[in-house]
Amino acid sequence: MIDLKHVSYVYQTGTPFESAALNDVNLHIDKNTFTGLIGHTGSGKSTLIQHLNALLKPTSGQIIIDGTDITDPNVNLREVRKKVGLVFQYPEHQLFEETVYKDIAFGPRNLGLTEDEIKERVYEAIEIVGIDESQLERSPFDISGGQKRRVAIAGVLAMKPSVLVLDEPTAGLDPAGRDEILDKIRGLHQRFDMTVILVSHSMEDVARIADHIIVMDHGRVAFYDSVNEVFSHAQELRQIGLNVPQVTEIMRGLKKKGYPVDIRIHTVEAAKAEILRLFQEKKLGERQC
Amino acid sequence: MLKDITLGQYYPVKSPLHKLDPRVKILLVFAFIILLFFVQNFVGYAVFALFTGIVIKLSRVPMKFMLKGLKPLFFIMIFTAVLNLFMVQGEHVMFRIWKLTATYEGLRTAVFMILRLVFLIMGTSLLTLTTTPLALTDGIESLLRPFRKIGLPAHELAMMMSIAIRFIPTLLEETNKIMQAQAARGSDFETGSLIKRAKALIPILIPLFVSAFRRADELAVAMECRCYNGGENRTRMRELKMHANDAVASVIVAALIGTIIFTNLFPLFSQFAL
Ligand SMILES: Nc1ncnc2c1ncn2[C@@H]1O[C@H](COP(=O)(O)OP(=O)(O)OP(=O)(O)O)[C@@H](O)[C@H]1O
Ligand SMILES: [Mg+2]
Repeated sequence: MIDLKHVSYVYQTGTPFESAALNDVNLHIDKNTFTGLIGHTGSGKSTLIQHLNALLKPTSGQIIIDGTDITDPNVNLREVRKKVGLVFQYPEHQLFEETVYKDIAFGPRNLGLTEDEIKERVYEAIEIVGIDESQLERSPFDISGGQKRRVAIAGVLAMKPSVLVLDEPTAGLDPAGRDEILDKIRGLHQRFDMTVILVSHSMEDVARIADHIIVMDHGRVAFYDSVNEVFSHAQELRQIGLNVPQVTEIMRGLKKKGYPVDIRIHTVEAAKAEILRLFQEKKLGERQC
Repeated sequence: MLKDITLGQYYPVKSPLHKLDPRVKILLVFAFIILLFFVQNFVGYAVFALFTGIVIKLSRVPMKFMLKGLKPLFFIMIFTAVLNLFMVQGEHVMFRIWKLTATYEGLRTAVFMILRLVFLIMGTSLLTLTTTPLALTDGIESLLRPFRKIGLPAHELAMMMSIAIRFIPTLLEETNKIMQAQAARGSDFETGSLIKRAKALIPILIPLFVSAFRRADELAVAMECRCYNGGENRTRMRELKMHANDAVASVIVAALIGTIIFTNLFPLFSQFAL
């Protein structure tokens, strides 16, 4: 559904500050998938996702979403932005309205919906992100940081995108807030068959929630595969300054010690099952002696 | 649109101009600007053009970069020129449109006006393009120091300026980010009536102000935490020092002043003045 063909992007072309942020990126992302996007600081993650709803136009290359070439100069930007919702890093910094309600309604209003439809969408969005109705008439500047983040995400959800892209939605939140936001995002993916692309610095988060992973390194795609496959490249990942989830490290350690475990395991649950299996086999073996 | 702002932007290359002492550079640019208002004929402007051209070449800042700084003022220049063309009274009438008369005297003033503005901007751009903001404010502080006796807070002024300059790129970047975030929510800044476009600015300006105030607040706290209390007894890591090339530059500008006075004095040249 999303196709990137030889996409390159250079910031500030023609000045001494020129810097290449993307270099020949080729990707194909299927409908209804949940893709994690990881990479060290400055690897081009934010630059890449801004291409997905035509906020940035590639210096060269092509981006096709649902058969529409969004790099075409005559493309209908409103349609593109309706289809691909983008939640920026620290989205709470973009809040501006007098009330939470109005801020969430900003996107749907720009789409030209009627007042009734807007209301419906706002209520739907706050239900998804878990904001209480009583908060709707408050000023978005008076609520807590975590709540602001939710309002900002609701503002994008209210546009009902079929693709949701989030740039580090959990940055700066406490563990409880982080888990909650991630759960909501996973819920969205499952309930509405939304295609989700999640940028994150946390391997644990990505491992737990995504089914595919894109690894960026210096503006290039270093790996793009299923979660299992990507985390089996621990060595290469470490070379580009990333690590694998801690449970995967444990599994690798066990394997090194000679235990027959699957080193691609990346969630605590799977690791638990694997270790229990190990004990079971061992017990069986002992009994047979 | 935001990309066009070159004001206060430093162009990082090595050149004889970059190496000059900021104090000398500031004073010389002042001299350059004042001198600009004494030029009375085309020969003087030709000398100025030659001088500016050579200096730009020496600075190793591409001409394209210099011209970009002129772009935002293009409209003002045209407006001043047209105003002068029709408003200046004179004997040599060129043509008439409706009730307006364009005279040769008007044309001359208009052209002079444009030239003056162009050189003014180029001179100041050369200063900011070849001097780091830090050096610039150090220079200003040092030049203002003698006025402390009459109660001018030189250090505080310089500090305010350096903070302001320091935040220009940050705020531009912030503006860009907010614009993109709102565009992602379907905001449209480029089409529609003037009122509609002005309204589209609200979702940008409010978050921008909020963040500017937040940044100012954080900065103030951070400075106070490190016991900042103004310029009293403050020493600096890099002292400004004059070198031989500063003297050379001063001599060259003095020569320019001499040449301009020369072109003004001698009747031989005044025949080129219309
Ligand atoms: N507005 C800009 N102007 C010039 N260069 C930029 C700009 N934005 C980003 N870059 C450069 O492009 C490269 C990629 O930046 P990008 O923001 O996409 O990285 P990122 O992977 O999102 O990093 P992070 O994890 O820190 O968010 C970096 O080298 C950065 O310096
Ligand atoms: Mg980023």
